This record gives sequence, structure tokens and C-alpha cells, in this order.
Amino acid sequence: MVEPEFWNREIETAPAEKIREVQLEGLRRTVAAALRTRFYHRRLKEIGFTSPEDIRSLDDLKRIPFTTKSDLREAYPDGLLAVERDDVVRLHTSSGTTGTPTVIYHTRSDLEHWTELTARCITATGAGRRDVFQNMMTYGLFTGGLGLHYGAELVGMLVIPVGGGNTRRQLKLMRDFRTTVVHATPSYMLHIYSRLEAENLTPQDLSLRKAFLGAEAYSESTRRKIEGLMGIDCYNSYGLSEMNGPGVAFECIFKDDMHVWEDAYIVEVIDPASGDLLGEDEEGELVMTTLQREATPLLRYRTGDLTRIRSGVCACGRSHRRIARIKGRSDDMLIINGVNVYPSQVESVLMRIPEVGTNYQIVVTKEGALDRLTVKTEIYSKMFTGDAAALEALRGRIRELLKAEILVGAVVELHEPGGLPVYEGKARRVFDERVGEQG
Amino acid sequence: MAEQINIFVENRPGRLKKVTGLLSEAGINIRAMVIQDRGDFGVMKLLVDDPYKAQRVLSKAGLATALRNVLAVVIEDRPGGLYKLAGILDEHGVNVLDGYGFVIASRREAVWCIEVEETEETRRIIEAAGFRILEDSELYQM
Repeated sequence: MVEPEFWNREIETAPAEKIREVQLEGLRRTVAAALRTRFYHRRLKEIGFTSPEDIRSLDDLKRIPFTTKSDLREAYPDGLLAVERDDVVRLHTSSGTTGTPTVIYHTRSDLEHWTELTARCITATGAGRRDVFQNMMTYGLFTGGLGLHYGAELVGMLVIPVGGGNTRRQLKLMRDFRTTVVHATPSYMLHIYSRLEAENLTPQDLSLRKAFLGAEAYSESTRRKIEGLMGIDCYNSYGLSEMNGPGVAFECIFKDDMHVWEDAYIVEVIDPASGDLLGEDEEGELVMTTLQREATPLLRYRTGDLTRIRSGVCACGRSHRRIARIKGRSDDMLIINGVNVYPSQVESVLMRIPEVGTNYQIVVTKEGALDRLTVKTEIYSKMFTGDAAALEALRGRIRELLKAEILVGAVVELHEPGGLPVYEGKARRVFDERVGEQG
Repeated sequence: MAEQINIFVENRPGRLKKVTGLLSEAGINIRAMVIQDRGDFGVMKLLVDDPYKAQRVLSKAGLATALRNVLAVVIEDRPGGLYKLAGILDEHGVNVLDGYGFVIASRREAVWCIEVEETEETRRIIEAAGFRILEDSELYQM
């Protein structure tokens, strides 16, 4: 058995009381910073918070209203800036494809904290200074690339900052420098696998041992599929730009849910509809509060991501609470003929079928008064026997397994390997083509 | 035994062009072909002069392919030629999964390629009835 490694053993294994103590201090600091922003100054005053001393215990957090994505948009560009602009050393904005973007500022200290958290994550997977780290996440305003970059350097890995896309170059770099660890989206990792043959490579020609997979929700069956195809270990990574980016929560060598760094964040789970606080192990929307950030403090930010919180010391010895694999976003849910369906359920079914390839799409259309779900999936070339009847049977099996999982009948389309569009960053797999209001 | 290459293709314009283009570039000659249509997808079955090379080329281009054994039976190219063979198969309860034919010498000889479940046994039955089955080299060099 591999021994767990720590970047900062003292804090990572601190007893729960110690963590709560650190959190209370951090929450006061965050409220103090928040009071310096236009946005929170007004909002906190409304509930009678005018100084950090108004926070007497962690329970007082519950009195603070949630912060939403639209609050962030409203506060754009500087309504949430808590420090002098000269003290800011970097900013990241969201793409703003759906309207006004959002912005998160970082001071030098913010970046140092973020880097430390990512160093902890990397170390928790057993990766370290002997590894060659190829970062396939896009660099730039998207936090995926820069986020892990500095942590990897701090840990002492040899970092290849290639960024996203250009699969042929990725594979060449992987071979030439014997890359042992990559950071990518799960869909890009599947795409890399599907391109190996065209480059006359097999997974055995590579030195790859680990992949950090994040930036999109994916299922346990997808993880297993990638691990099986590539012969590597995959570690689930959770992050969002509002909470810095990658480095928020990560799996350790035991891959038993993701460790949240509770000295840096307070996590809560709420019922996304009512906003009521849920207990441990109950599934709901993750709400997060920053504890270390100076430039853009966020209080009770609704992440939109669905998960469960779980306490208890992990086999690795880390004491911070863990969150389960993200099931999806609360706004991802599709209502198909009155039935709630999460894309992650469909993915989970598809990825455990060996004949299914590395890409799929979910399309919902309107057929008269009814919704029609079409699941398009590529077939896995190595499982093709040449038999059309076997493909018909496969199609039937996919349909049955889907029906059992999501309780909705689906039209299943089989596509050629590489026949469906590829996304090199975050994959787009769900196409809701129903027009107008949905039931 | 002869092998044909089966290729999974989506049923949309351009797929036949793609496959034949790749083979043409690689200098592979197609002897015969048939497409098994299943609605939104199909299986293209090709008899070529170098099935292994064809598979390498097509797989490298990302297509799902599989080599399948076929029996290439020489029949007479005149009325009743195929009927005679069909009678033998029927007599022995051989179920033909798929088949297609082509002429090699007009009015004299044709080849009927069949896919069956029990290839070896079927070969014995057909040969015992006096039919000739083309070896792979004969078929590919034709």
C-alpha cells in the first residue's frame, strides 16, 4: 500500500475543533473584507452586521443571505472589490457568454493561498517532484490552466504548460518528455484516447500514470472507463472560478470523495428550491464561503453544483470534510415528459457499456405535445464485431438500461468513432431544442 | 479462407466516398461490396485485394472495422447456378447470414460470397457437393 503524502500535514489532519477555530477567525476576516465592498457593505448592514465582531460563532453565518451568480454580475466590475486596485495582482473573468461576465480579483496573498491549496491537492494524489506534469487545461481567463500550474511548480513537478487542444502536439509532448501526470477535462481525456491509434500509439507507449480530471461533471463510470482504457489512475478535481478555480476539493489516493480544504472554505448544502439548509449526506446545492481571500470575499455563494457533504476522517488521515462527486448543476436538470433527468445519469449508463465509445450527446426535442429524448453515442471501434445484428442488439440494450435508470424512453442513435463533435475544453453534450416554456 | 472487411458507417451522405477515398489512396482494389442498411447506420462489407492493409488504413482513420470470414464459392454463371448451391445449403440446414455475388467470367463463372455461423463445417458440406471455394490468395489476386 502506498503511504499517504501531505503538503501541510498539520492543517490537513487537524482535529475538527481546530478547523472550526480557524474557520471562525477566517469568517471574521472575510466579513471584515466584505464590509469594504460596495455590494456586501449594504447587504450586511441590512442584517445588522457592521463589524467583524458581529460574528460571534460560526452559527452566525446562517444569518447572512446567499450570494448568487447574478449578484456577481450585478457587482461587475468592481462592486465586490475589497482592496485597493494597486494591491490586486491578477483577475479572472467568466466568459460572459450568457450576458454580463463576473470577475474575481486576487492579491498576491490570495494567489499564494490558492497555490498552497493546489499543492495540497497534487500531493494528496501521490504526485510529486519526480513527476512530469502536462497541463492540458486552457490558460488565460479560464482558471483551469493557471490554477494548477503554480501548485505544480511549488510541489516541484516539471510543468509543461501546453494548455488545451492540439491533440497531436499533446501526444508528442507526452512521448518526448515522458509525461506522468496530466490535468484535463474527462471528455478531452477520452478524446486523447480515441486519437492514439491515428498516431500509431498505444497507452503502453506513454509513461502516463495519473490524470487530474475536472472542470465538468462526470460519472464514476466515466472515471473507470478512462482508467481502464489508459491504464492510469484518475483523480477527481473540483473547483470553480468564484472560489479561485481548481484546488477547492480533490481526491486523495483512496479516491473516496473529494477533500474540501476547510481552512479555506466553509461548505454548506441547501435545498436548491427552498434554500433550506440540509444535513450531512443529504444531496443538494453546494454553498461556499471564502475564508482566505482578501480581494474578492464571497459569503455563502450558491455554486449551483449538486453534491453531498460527508464528515469523518479519511483512510489517508485527512480530517476535513469531503464532498461527493458532483452530480451536475441544479440548472442542468432536464424535465422530460414530466420526469426529472440529470445528464449525469445518462452518462453513467453509457460509460459502463463497453461497446460505447468515448463521446455522446443528449438531445431533447418536441414531438407534438411530447418531449423526445435522443441519445447519440459513438461506438467503441475495438468492440465492433462487424455484425449489424449485434449493433441492433446493442442499441436495444442501451435503450433498456437508460429506461431503467431515468424512467424515460429514449431514441438511441449509434455513431462512428469520432462522428460526434469534439470539445477540447468543457464539453457541450446536452442540447435542449424545445422552444418556449417547458412544463 | 477469404476475409472481408466490415465497416461501421453512419447513414449520411459522404460516408461511401470517405471509405472508398481512403482505400483508393492506399492503392487497394475493391472486388465486391454490399451495404447492410439498418436505418441510421449500416455495415459496409468489402471484399478487397488486401484486407489487412485495408483494415490498417481504415482503423487509422478512426473507423470501426472488423475482418470476417467468408466462403467464396465458385458457381456457374447461368440460370440455376445459384439455385444448385442454395439447394445444398438448404439440405444441410445451413443458415446464411449474408451473401452477395459477382461475375468473374461472363456466362461461365461467378462467385457467391457467404457469411455463415459454422464456417468450417459449411465449407466441408459445399466442397463435398463438388463446389470449389476460392482460397484467399486466389480471391485477392483475381
